[in-house]
Amino acid sequence: MHTTDAAASEPGVFANGIWKQNPVLVQVLGMCPVLAVSNTTINALAMGLATASVLILSSATVSLLRHWIPPQARIVTFIMVIATFVTCVDYLVQSISIELHRALGAFLSLIVVNCLVLGRAEAFASQQSVRRSLADAAGMGCGFLFALLCLGTVRELVGSGQVFGYPLLGDRYQGWAIMLLPPGGFFSLAGWLMFFRWWTLRRHSASGSTFQLSGPTDG
Amino acid sequence: MLKRTLQLRTSPHLHSGTSVEAIMFHVALATLPACAFAVYHFGLAALLVLSVSVITCVLTEHVVCHCRRQPTTVADGAAIVTGLLYGMTLPPSLPLWMVVLGAIVAVGVGKMLFGGLGANPFNPALVGRAFLQTAFPLAMTTWSSTASDRFTSVSRSTFTWPLMRPDYDPSSTDGISGATALGLWKSEGTLLPLPDLFWGTVPGCVGETSAALLLLGGLYLIARGMMSWRIPLAILTTVAVGSLLVDQFESERRFDPLTMWFSGGLMLGAMFMATDMVGSPLTGWGCVLYGVGIGALVLIIRGWGGMPEGVMYAILLGNAVSPLIDRYIHPRLFETRQRSAAR
Repeated sequence: MHTTDAAASEPGVFANGIWKQNPVLVQVLGMCPVLAVSNTTINALAMGLATASVLILSSATVSLLRHWIPPQARIVTFIMVIATFVTCVDYLVQSISIELHRALGAFLSLIVVNCLVLGRAEAFASQQSVRRSLADAAGMGCGFLFALLCLGTVRELVGSGQVFGYPLLGDRYQGWAIMLLPPGGFFSLAGWLMFFRWWTLRRHSASGSTFQLSGPTDG
Repeated sequence: MLKRTLQLRTSPHLHSGTSVEAIMFHVALATLPACAFAVYHFGLAALLVLSVSVITCVLTEHVVCHCRRQPTTVADGAAIVTGLLYGMTLPPSLPLWMVVLGAIVAVGVGKMLFGGLGANPFNPALVGRAFLQTAFPLAMTTWSSTASDRFTSVSRSTFTWPLMRPDYDPSSTDGISGATALGLWKSEGTLLPLPDLFWGTVPGCVGETSAALLLLGGLYLIARGMMSWRIPLAILTTVAVGSLLVDQFESERRFDPLTMWFSGGLMLGAMFMATDMVGSPLTGWGCVLYGVGIGALVLIIRGWGGMPEGVMYAILLGNAVSPLIDRYIHPRLFETRQRSAAR
């Protein structure tokens, strides 16, 4: 998939991450935080922003250091760079709101092992210029944030009738507790995947171009 | 369906001559006594719950078939049976919009998403009920009592606006707290009289109260050879033996085998849910193992779990392991002493 990226300009690289290779809705990467902390919109927003900032900072650093990282020890180096920024973001979230930090729980520290972050460092940032790496990380980060917000909005709206804590559906609304619990994460992820796949297929069949279904890449 | 019993093709060569339609017709027939009693016992509310669930299940199957551009499979009657069994597991005062939602999940997610009849790993009726139990725990554990005007009026909660919180009658608050036999047993340690439990004149879900009529329906299906007798036998034996064992060591908890049998959804589950041909193992010993596992889980969840009743989760877990049971227990090869080789 990276051969096509090489020709694209920075805006193209950025848009690629948001839409055509959206990390959650197309590549199906980093499912653990996507399913676990998308139970409310505010959690999804915080998790998406935290992951996006770690992604941007680590991609830029890896790209800066790419000529000095020995290929034999590259994964270890990437993980150490990522872990450093995750620790920074973890302290930052703690200083902003301790309740938010508690709600995100272990998943904030687990950004270290998010295969999306490591995957972009290995597949893109370690081979490309800093500018292009920044564009790629920003695109992927925004795509991740967008997908998390999609899930979080649906789960909070159906689960408790609220969005960002604002009672959108009135106070007589009967929330579906299952949507706030783990099964709701799977239901809404499946629903969004189905919707985006259907939409992409429909757009491509309307334009008449030959389109091949790209399955989830291994990551 | 083919009527010939000997078929000249690759194995199997023998066809029993029955069809999906015939089996579904007899299963529906076997549930009718219990459904009729439910309408007598709970009144109009039970009739509404049962008919809404059957209609929604059939419509969901038809619509999903239509969306997949496939010929509709409604005519095989499986959706009607799913609807009846699903309706029987619901509390009678459940808002009808929840009945509709659960029925859509039961047939749409529990059956059609997996590829329709025969491809579903879990019992669709229980998938629908499990969804409702997790989504609306309060409404699913609110039981109405049997009022004298039950044939002319229904609880206010039945006609709740879609997606709105149900409103239970303040006048019949005793009905709201009309705890089931298992709820009373678990919270207060009191046992309801056995004859009431056996005939079904107790609060509970629509079709689960009358153990006698469910037993009758089950025996009818066994006599017709349309149901594995090993599964209900294994479940009921395990529950009885297990209760007696627990009673030996912890007599103050009052594990009475007959109360365990006739209360809650055990009879409905053992006779009609666990014996679902799709979700149960293929071999005789596999069925025994499956039944023993379900019985043990029922007892464990009832005795030590957070909820008073655990038949639903026990059967769903049993469905989940039944492919594994089939993987390890193979049928005996014809005229030999060995079992067929592992794949």
